[in-house]
Amino acid sequence: MDIKNKTNSLADRDIELLVGRLLRAGVITASCIVLIGGIVFLMRHGSAPMPSYHHFNGENMDYTTFGGIISNTWQLNPKGIIQFGVMVLIATPVLRIALSLFGFGLEKDWLYVAITTIVLCVMLFSTIGGLKV
Amino acid sequence: MTILTFTLILLAGSYLAGLLGSLTGLGGGVIVIPLLTLVFQVDIRYAIGAALLASIANSSGAASAYVKEGITNIRLGMFLEIATTVGAVIGALLAVYTPTNTIAILFGAILLFSAAMTLRKKNQVALTEGSKTSAFLKLDGSYPTPAGPVSYKLKNVGAGFSIMTLAGILSGLLGIGSGALKVLAMDSAMHIPFKVSTTTSNFMIGVTAAASAVVYLQRGYMDPAIAFPVVLGVLGGAFTGAKLLKRLDPKVLRYIFCAAIVFVAAEMIYNGFQHKF
Repeated sequence: MDIKNKTNSLADRDIELLVGRLLRAGVITASCIVLIGGIVFLMRHGSAPMPSYHHFNGENMDYTTFGGIISNTWQLNPKGIIQFGVMVLIATPVLRIALSLFGFGLEKDWLYVAITTIVLCVMLFSTIGGLKV
Repeated sequence: MTILTFTLILLAGSYLAGLLGSLTGLGGGVIVIPLLTLVFQVDIRYAIGAALLASIANSSGAASAYVKEGITNIRLGMFLEIATTVGAVIGALLAVYTPTNTIAILFGAILLFSAAMTLRKKNQVALTEGSKTSAFLKLDGSYPTPAGPVSYKLKNVGAGFSIMTLAGILSGLLGIGSGALKVLAMDSAMHIPFKVSTTTSNFMIGVTAAASAVVYLQRGYMDPAIAFPVVLGVLGGAFTGAKLLKRLDPKVLRYIFCAAIVFVAAEMIYNGFQHKF
């Protein structure tokens, strides 16, 4: 029993370290992408007058859907690149949950596998359900 | 004003917001929203979208350090994330049907509450007697201190869970981490030691904000030209703030900043009632 507890807490610690590393890597990657997109954006449009943000118009499909953002990034559209970085940033905590799910599975902690699955389902619901109501 | 000037001013402003948010413990998102709406006259919905992103960046950046130190209670965070993510999705959906002036007034009220929360006495005592629910959910834990690990137990799990749902709704509706409510749930209801509750709350903010950020992104509330300076600025400011916090005791600073925040909150509420949003 003692040995089992020990391996459990070891796996726990390992997963925690991995979670920490994933979070940092995600934020750094996202910031770099956003920075690159931002610099290109300023080089191309920096001297243009500032648009009015006083009235809310909403972004068009190019910057609100997965397909739109990917294809714009692919065409090196600076706004698309920034939005791609934004997606990476949003995906970071979601990936963190997936990693925790894997960790709880390794520990055979079924109660927490279930709890983590619920959280993941809510995230999935908001991703799919949030689309154009 | 050209886009370049706007971006540079916003970058500097977001940097200060991140710094202030980190020193007061309020989070950069809370300060970036009044900056965008009151100073730059940006529609509050764009401001909320950008603030959500700043919260995710801040939370993930800071959480990685805390998780490494072993203070964060990951099980507790995961369990309460059920409440906050469900709340966040509800809040993000409510945001579409709520008039912007109402959002601004609500925001001001929460800002006042958050400022008050940072000044109150913190719970340092670890419970030795926990509830059955807490034991069943394996929420009891321990955290390292210079004098060795301290074990703690939890109670009032149901009450904590309910407050967390409310925190999630407000987070989705207002685009903030609502760290103050999260700490209230964990500190006052569940009696978790302060160090654990703050770090666990921070850990959860990223997931909570991501749950509503997805909805905001798809609704077109995230403008790349605003997101870019805000995310980088707030992140940079928070990073500097974390470094400064190691060297100075922010007690006096905290009082000054909280006074400033009360002023900003009043401005938001006043403008909300004047229908300026």
